[in-house]
Order: sequence, then structure tokens, then C-alpha cells
Amino acid sequence: MTISGVALLAICTLLGSLLGDLLGVALGVKANVGGVGIAMMFLIAARLWLVRHGLLSRGLNTGVEFWGSFYIPIVVAMAAQQNVVAAAKGGPIVVIAGAGAVAVCFAMVALIGRFSGPVETMDEIEAREALEASVPHFKSGRVG
Amino acid sequence: MTMISHILAANSLITAFAAVGILMWISGAISKYLTFGRIHGSAIAIMLGLVLAFFGGIATGGEKGVADLPALTGIGLMGGAMLRDFAIVATAFEVDVVHARKAGLIGAVALGLGTVVPFILGVLVAAAFGYTDAESLTTIGAGAVTYIVGPVTGAAIGASSPVIALSIATGVFKAVIVMIGTPFVAKMIGLNNPRSAMVFGGLMGTVSGVSGGLAATDRRLVPYGALTATFHTGLGCLVAPSILYFAVRAIIGE
Repeated sequence: MTISGVALLAICTLLGSLLGDLLGVALGVKANVGGVGIAMMFLIAARLWLVRHGLLSRGLNTGVEFWGSFYIPIVVAMAAQQNVVAAAKGGPIVVIAGAGAVAVCFAMVALIGRFSGPVETMDEIEAREALEASVPHFKSGRVG
Repeated sequence: MTMISHILAANSLITAFAAVGILMWISGAISKYLTFGRIHGSAIAIMLGLVLAFFGGIATGGEKGVADLPALTGIGLMGGAMLRDFAIVATAFEVDVVHARKAGLIGAVALGLGTVVPFILGVLVAAAFGYTDAESLTTIGAGAVTYIVGPVTGAAIGASSPVIALSIATGVFKAVIVMIGTPFVAKMIGLNNPRSAMVFGGLMGTVSGVSGGLAATDRRLVPYGALTATFHTGLGCLVAPSILYFAVRAIIGE
């Protein structure tokens, strides 16, 4: 059932933000600490459990994947409701501090990537997975 | 005409689906015919969204871009924190646990650096612009972390309202540049694998910037970046009004 996927997603999201709020209170912070990240871990754990028990139905998958695929349009809507006027009006201090922070962080992403050695790119991972998926198919083919 | 606007306003979320869909069709066409596929359609859609938000903000004088227009209030719901977080969590379904675990430690290092480095930079810029009190310096520095850390910190340590507004603007500006800039620098900084996406999320922090920037670069990287980025604001709210504030006070000798 599609709703079971949507409901699973909703339960994970609610649990995550609850725990994120509790973590914030425990740390004495007026913010949600990692609520979405915690929810993502719940969902990852739930998927592993479902796969292991053979309960990952097609409908459940559809329910979650729909919302995952809806992600970019939601980000576009999010961009369309930012307070861009205020950001542009802030003047040079805003521009320098904002752009500087971004530039330094971009550089650090590159540096950390260089220093920690090469890893498989997303394309290579997908190519390898596609290959692995096709190998047993060939083996079970008409060879014997 | 009044009938149309009544229907649009009464079905605000449905209107938003249609409006964003049309925007994405236009962006897809621009990507294909004007940039010959060099700039991703979603990057163009996000930029168009920001441009519309700018004109919407000027037209209405509000703070929520086009969502302040009566017919487009649904954009506010569709792009609001509730559905955004829901969709981000859903992307975790695609996370490869093995890759995420491998990048765990380095993601945590990136988180720490992503809080401290922009903070120092923000404090230095604020000092260069003539701010001398620890409260203003810390608040503007916190704004360079994210636009939530800035006001939370400012409110906690008692900064003035214009300074808090400045820190929000700094954070929003940072998020906007991350959204627009990421696809252009992605190749240069090696943003093509799960590990660098997690490092990127930890360093950049702003959930809206990271998710928008990665979405425009490579949709498959979004869950990895979001996984670390969501801890960023919480960590910033934790250390900026405490450890970092005390450090600033100690350095300027108050």
C-alpha cells in the first residue's frame, strides 16, 4: 500500500523532530538539533529492517520515493519564498561576509577531498552496481 | 478575473504545484535550448525562483518572496519547512549505508570546521566594518554560519536589532550563493561522490543552500549532503552563544 510508505516516512519525520527538540532542550539550545538527520537515520534503519524481513513492498517504496522525487520542486518553491530583497539590501558587510564564508568553505571541501584520497564517484558506483546486477543474470543464462 | 483569482487562492497548494511545474518546464527549455544542457534545469529553476522572490518581495513589501502574493500563498506551504523536511527525509531511502558510514568521521570534522571557520570570517569582516563589541561581533559571525544561528545567538547574548537583521541577511545571502554557485564549482571541488557531498553538507551547513545547491548539481548527492547539514544549525546554535562568544570576549578583552 502506498499509504504505508507515506505513513512510515511521516512517523520517522515526527519522531526525528521530537528527538531533535528533546536534544535541543537537553543541551540548553533554542533550536532543533539534527531532527531531520535523526529522522533520516530512522528511515534508513527501517528500510534495512524491512528488506531483511522481506516486507519492503512495492507500494511502500512508491509512497516514500514519490516524496523523495518531489524534492527538487519543493526546493524551487523554497527559493521562491526567500527574503531576497533583505539579502540584497544588507549592503557590503553582508556580501563580503556571506560570499567570503562560502568561498572559504568551497575551498575546504576541495582540500578535504584531496587529502583524504580518491573515492568512487556517483557515476562509477552506479556503473559498478549495474554491472554487479547483470553478472548473475549472465551466469544463470544459457551458458550451461 | 475575480473568479480565477478566487479559484487560485482557494486551492493554494494545488496552484503552487501548477506554478512550480510551469516554472520547471520553462527552466528545462532554457537549459536545453539556451545553455545546450550545460546548466542543469533545476539550477535554472532555483535561480528563477530567487529572481521571482526578489520581485515578489519588491511588489508586496513582504518577507516571503512570491508567497506574499494572495494567489501564490501555496508556495509558502509547498516550500515551507514542513514539506521540505518531509521530502529531505524521504531522500534517505536512497542512502547507501556503507558509503555514509565510511564518511561518518570526516563528515563530523567538516561539521566542526563548517561552524568555526565561517564564524571567524564573519567576526573579522564585522571588525573591519567598525564593530567593536563582543555581542555584535559574535552575532554577525554567527550569521555567517547560517541565518538561523545568527538570530538565535543574537537573541541569546542580547545584540541590537539592526545587528540581528544584518546577521540574518548574511546567512540568507550565504544560502543564496550556495544555491546558485554550487553547480558551477562542483567539478573544481570534486563534488561527485557521497563522501564529498557529506563533507560539503557539513561545511556549508545551510540546509536550504546545501539542498538547493546539490539538487542543481546532482540529485543523487542530496541525501548525503542533507544528512550532515541538518546537524549544522543545531551545532551552531549550541556553540555560537557559548564557547565562541566567550572566545570573542576573551580575545577583545572585555
